[in-house]
Amino acid sequence: MAYSDKVIDHYTNPRNVGTLDKSSHKVGTGLVGAPECGDVMRLQIQVDDNNIITDAKFKTFGCGSAIASSSLATEWLKGKSVDDAMKIDNMDIVEELALPPVKIHCSVLAEDAIKAAINDFRVKNGMEPIVLEKSHH
Amino acid sequence: MNIPIYLDNNATTPMDPRVLEAMLPYFNEKFGNAASRNHPFGWVAEEGVDYAREQVAKLIGATEKEIIFTSGATESDNLAIKGVFEMYKEKGNHIITAVTEHKAVLDACKHVEKLGGRVTYLPVKEDGLIDLAELEAAMSSETILVSIMYGNNEIGVIQPVKEIAAIAHKYGALFMTDATQAVGKIPVNVIADGIDLLALSAHKMYGPKGVGALYVRRKGPRVKVTAQMDGGGHERGMRSGTLNVPGIVGLGKACELAGLEMESEAKRLSALRDKLQNALTVLEESYVNGNVEHRLPHVANISFKYVEGEGLMMAMKDLAVSSGSACTSASLEPSYVLKSLGLSDDLAHSSIRFGLGRFTTEEEVDYAIEVTKKSVNHLRELSPLWEMFKEGIDLDSIEWAEH
Repeated sequence: MAYSDKVIDHYTNPRNVGTLDKSSHKVGTGLVGAPECGDVMRLQIQVDDNNIITDAKFKTFGCGSAIASSSLATEWLKGKSVDDAMKIDNMDIVEELALPPVKIHCSVLAEDAIKAAINDFRVKNGMEPIVLEKSHH
Repeated sequence: MNIPIYLDNNATTPMDPRVLEAMLPYFNEKFGNAASRNHPFGWVAEEGVDYAREQVAKLIGATEKEIIFTSGATESDNLAIKGVFEMYKEKGNHIITAVTEHKAVLDACKHVEKLGGRVTYLPVKEDGLIDLAELEAAMSSETILVSIMYGNNEIGVIQPVKEIAAIAHKYGALFMTDATQAVGKIPVNVIADGIDLLALSAHKMYGPKGVGALYVRRKGPRVKVTAQMDGGGHERGMRSGTLNVPGIVGLGKACELAGLEMESEAKRLSALRDKLQNALTVLEESYVNGNVEHRLPHVANISFKYVEGEGLMMAMKDLAVSSGSACTSASLEPSYVLKSLGLSDDLAHSSIRFGLGRFTTEEEVDYAIEVTKKSVNHLRELSPLWEMFKEGIDLDSIEWAEH
């Protein structure tokens, strides 16, 4: 199976690889997936007082499409408000990276990671977690 | 050195130029049908086939009348298993095989189950070998066939074929082996090993694709299989269909070359394989899968924990290898062979199979070592699991969300 140029680009030059201080109340961490399924994503956001995401970092265990999906997600998150970040849909990632049907689960995982990071941030700051509908595959 | 480097010789091998040369005349000037008995075109083709039959027989210690040409090992496996089941159903309906067999054997066995057969799928030990005591315990007077592969395609483990054959024979069953990965790589002798049926393929030993053979013993005992392909009664009635003369000539030549060069080639390849394996297991948290002593000389299957196989292969794009990772197949299930060794799913996902071959050079192996090391380290930098491992977090203590 051939990868799209955008997947190869994100895979070869992944953006925003790294770790933020997960103990900070300004940082939300989402850890999704499972080692036995072959993908685990950790996505972190740093949020300022105006609810704007100022930084985002990821680390991913998974195939090229999983790495590219999380790399792209961090790029999109930076500069967005938390509310807008909530609206990122996995199908946007599928479209941007031209993922084939067998790789759609990678984009679902990235969306789940974003939402998990936002909820972690909310809970840390005394807000209710947003109840998530099951993402569509 | 040509990039990418081919290290997937268990999937298929490039054809040896000497094999191609032997085949070429049989595409045009010697185009006859080997079954045409009444003109020179047929005779010439038949001569080519007869000679190839001798070459194949010689490599495995058989006689030429015991070689049935087929389209490849998948067909040979099917013919052996379904053919024995049909032929010997008066005697019994029980077949024994192992969970690490190739799908051609496993699925032929499943077919037999649908026809009323009973099949025992033996588990394997951690090193990939079957337990002979378990085999013996599974034998009964109803057992007509024991089918255990010679060398495994994913991990290269060599089963104790001689001992397995002895147990099968003790209970009056036939012994069949899928020797696709072993023939031409290590000495295989149907007499010394006690093999009654053996499947082999040309394209795994530097021959062409689309041709293989089934060895069917003629003496002590005389084994028969019911044909699975009906037609003109070719191949002693066991496999109808016009013979693939150029392919068969190529298979014959490939067997001849393997017979001549196997010993020195096995030495060279196992030295290169060991060099690769030793250099890569220097990496932290890397594990060789399967028994390393009873193993084909050219194979190493290694898991690099905390990196995922497909992602790794993408980083190693200059190398053609294969992975037990789910992501390489449509099934999303990691390799059933690795899982049956008791490997956890995450280690199965992290495995890479290196398959060296006749045309692999030391320079290529050195390059493969560098590329693999660099790629594993790069992906570990990206891996949250590696970071957690380095921080001393027990990954099993985390409640992972299955998706």
